[in-house]
Amino acid sequence: MGDSVPTTPEIHAERSIRLAVFAAGHDAAVAHDPPAPITRRRMLAYLVTAPTLTMVAAPAALGTRRAGASPGVADVVDLSDALTLAVLPTAYLLRLEVTPDDRVLVYLPRAEVGQGITTAMGVVAAEELDARLAAVEVRLEDARPELLWNQLTGGSNSVHALYEPMRTVAAAARARLVTAAADRWGLSAGSLRTEESTVVAPDGRRLTYGELAEAAATVAPRVASTPKAPTGFTKIGRPTTRLDARDIVTGRARYALDLDVPGVPTVVARAPTIGGTVRSFDAATARSMPGVLGIAALPSGVAVAAETFGHALAARDALRITWDPGPNAGRSDATIAAELRAAVPPFVLPPLGASTIERSFDFAFAPHAPLETLTCVADVRSDRAELWYGAKSPIVACQHVAAAIGMPADRVVLHVVRAGGSFGHRLFYEPAIEAALASKALRRPVKLLWTRTDDLRHGRMRPASHHVVRATQLLGKILTYEHRQATLPVDFSHGLGEALSAAGFSLLARGATQTVFQLSQRVPYDLGVATQLLAEVAIPFPTGSWRSIYSGQTAVVNEVMVDEIARVQRRDPLAFRRQRLTSARTRAVLDEVARLGSWGRPMAPGTAQGVAIHEEYKSVVAYLVEIDCRDAARPRVTRGVCAVDVGRAVNPRGVEAQMQGVLVDGLSMTLQAGLHIDGGAVREASYADYRVARMAETPPDIQVRVMPPTGEPGGAGELGYPAAAAAVANAYARATGSLPRRFPIAG
Amino acid sequence: VPTYTFVLNGTVTTVTAAADEALLWVLRDRLGVTGPKYGCGVGVCKSCTSHLDGAAFNPCITPVAECAGRTVTTIEGLADGEVLHPVQQAWIDEDVAQCGFCQPGQIMAAAALLAAKPSPSDADIDSLDNVCRCGTYARIRRAIHRAADAG
Repeated sequence: MGDSVPTTPEIHAERSIRLAVFAAGHDAAVAHDPPAPITRRRMLAYLVTAPTLTMVAAPAALGTRRAGASPGVADVVDLSDALTLAVLPTAYLLRLEVTPDDRVLVYLPRAEVGQGITTAMGVVAAEELDARLAAVEVRLEDARPELLWNQLTGGSNSVHALYEPMRTVAAAARARLVTAAADRWGLSAGSLRTEESTVVAPDGRRLTYGELAEAAATVAPRVASTPKAPTGFTKIGRPTTRLDARDIVTGRARYALDLDVPGVPTVVARAPTIGGTVRSFDAATARSMPGVLGIAALPSGVAVAAETFGHALAARDALRITWDPGPNAGRSDATIAAELRAAVPPFVLPPLGASTIERSFDFAFAPHAPLETLTCVADVRSDRAELWYGAKSPIVACQHVAAAIGMPADRVVLHVVRAGGSFGHRLFYEPAIEAALASKALRRPVKLLWTRTDDLRHGRMRPASHHVVRATQLLGKILTYEHRQATLPVDFSHGLGEALSAAGFSLLARGATQTVFQLSQRVPYDLGVATQLLAEVAIPFPTGSWRSIYSGQTAVVNEVMVDEIARVQRRDPLAFRRQRLTSARTRAVLDEVARLGSWGRPMAPGTAQGVAIHEEYKSVVAYLVEIDCRDAARPRVTRGVCAVDVGRAVNPRGVEAQMQGVLVDGLSMTLQAGLHIDGGAVREASYADYRVARMAETPPDIQVRVMPPTGEPGGAGELGYPAAAAAVANAYARATGSLPRRFPIAG
Repeated sequence: VPTYTFVLNGTVTTVTAAADEALLWVLRDRLGVTGPKYGCGVGVCKSCTSHLDGAAFNPCITPVAECAGRTVTTIEGLADGEVLHPVQQAWIDEDVAQCGFCQPGQIMAAAALLAAKPSPSDADIDSLDNVCRCGTYARIRRAIHRAADAG
């Protein structure tokens, strides 16, 4: 294995009880692949000294090379590559333990927010170990500062980035278990096979992994520790039910505020306006109310702690607070739209004497509004702090918490807990900072709850945007396609910007927003000379990336424009797409939805089909929907058909779930759900007026075809959004004969 | 401060609480019953849905005093020991959950619907107004039909 095997385990030394003893290359499964542009294949498995078999996946160059090992920017083609690069030069990524009681514990440096990463990674571990799936338990790692920028759950990157490391580490563990069994029986390791967490001898004798776990930690493997060829897969690629399904349906699944840890219920009184601040407050009445345990001023408002949340909410309402308005007090939807319109970059190409199709579009602000509002448990003492938070960027969260409470970062422990949805929201950590400040001020552990109104009026949101697109055509040919947009800066300060810097990007030149925009946005069609430009207006709103980041607006507009150009040219929108798509994979999923959804079938007046595609995260997807607009006030999507190619679906049932769910997201945001801004404040206060779709507003069935493998796993969680949202918009336009110009269409 | 007694998941339970205290916080903060979730506090998202004398209700807008002398069942009390309720089993069979946060409420709403209408139509299922931000509705619908078929 030569010089690619590290000899100085200094990065592991700080986790002293698990000081790594690097096996002499036998575990190095895929160290000698040709120099792939993206080097996630150069993951090795290392044995860790522990009482039981414990292995980690770490970069081949760990300990010998650092950031300088990163490939150059020229090798990077998109955001997935960039985030995968960021994984490389850090400490070990994954830890896998086989325990004497026959369990497999996997420690994952990611968050589970419903996207199914724990199940997918459990499947991969079980596949390469030949373990019983039911024996696999996937745990979320605490914040691990030594991972630097590589503990960020975002960009639909987790399976893409962790697939090979997980296979590597599990295959290496299996090789050790087989060798330990061979030693026990005095047989050749090569004569043994594995199944369902047992090693089986040719004569039928069996030993469970639990019985071998200790011995396996000391042997030198004598069988190959190479991951399986995909033809040998029995679990990867098979539909699998979520590993935690029973916990969820019995109410045993624990979210932050369900944990049995000390903490008093705490809520915060917040300003009417975004970014408003406390000028003065009178807490005399509130303080005397039943159950109240403490009241403290915070930068974000006034915190009230009480015996129950009922008490805390009542006392919060009894506070008499004078507020200073936030920085947007003069702004409303109309003024913001005008600011955005004025900022749209100009077109640069002359019309070339051809005819022009020019359309504009607007998107409302959109909160993530996960069903679990932002919550955090914090216990701040004089010399240490401990937090429980559903964090997607826990390391950065720790750093900011430490700075806020004036404590060294290494004194802050952050446990990543299961979260009730994210859609981008939990990349940020305001509740962690707020809970820590409240705990410090009140001198007791707190359980912080953002109310739904807090969430909608003060949480992060996808910024509003204004788009102008001009296409020029001559004799049916598209000569140019220019997409210009203006929006508010999306806040990427949660670590993604740092990750891109680490991967070799110079953010100083263009900034994180332009870097992400240019990495993620491309026009997937031959539309002549195509350019897309983003202008930003520095309106101080709490923004954040929202499921599919820029694609949620940019790619949706492109897909609506493709339909519009086809309409002007009197072409069938599906045939128009087929002709101009540059990817055969995308044409294949488009053809599949056309077949499954009977594209072009006769539809009653006021109803129509719509279609759209999207390519991102190494994956491609197409949606075909049918809409019924005969009740103009309540258009309903009546059918959904999706075809998706994620390269290789680790868990097709999970991929199907993501594609079904994101169609509901897409139809909500296209038809009916958005925020309104009045005088610097959000008008909406609950799901009663922020109208995400309910059962009666969704198709009774959403058919999803997961395509056969075409490569290695790409992303899935965000993939479907742009195509789903655009297919609904296109169906609406065809059903009503009216091109939607503002999203949500309901206004 | 008064006390209130009700049957909670099969056990006679007495709590000391103000009459107007919402049952959700009594359950979660005083009794440690965390299956019912807070999602809005105003009876809109319905993620706290539980049963009061067998009918679906929302503890977040129900004062504890209204529950005195009655039977409260939360998701924790739906199964018969380790034997799951048919709706819970159908939820697993259809792999309904994504983030899972709304699902205790969805399951309790579905169980109440099936108790009233053992063979619900799609229109009956459309009457369920519980919010799921992950968009699991199509699988919820299939799971309800499956549970109905299972009897």
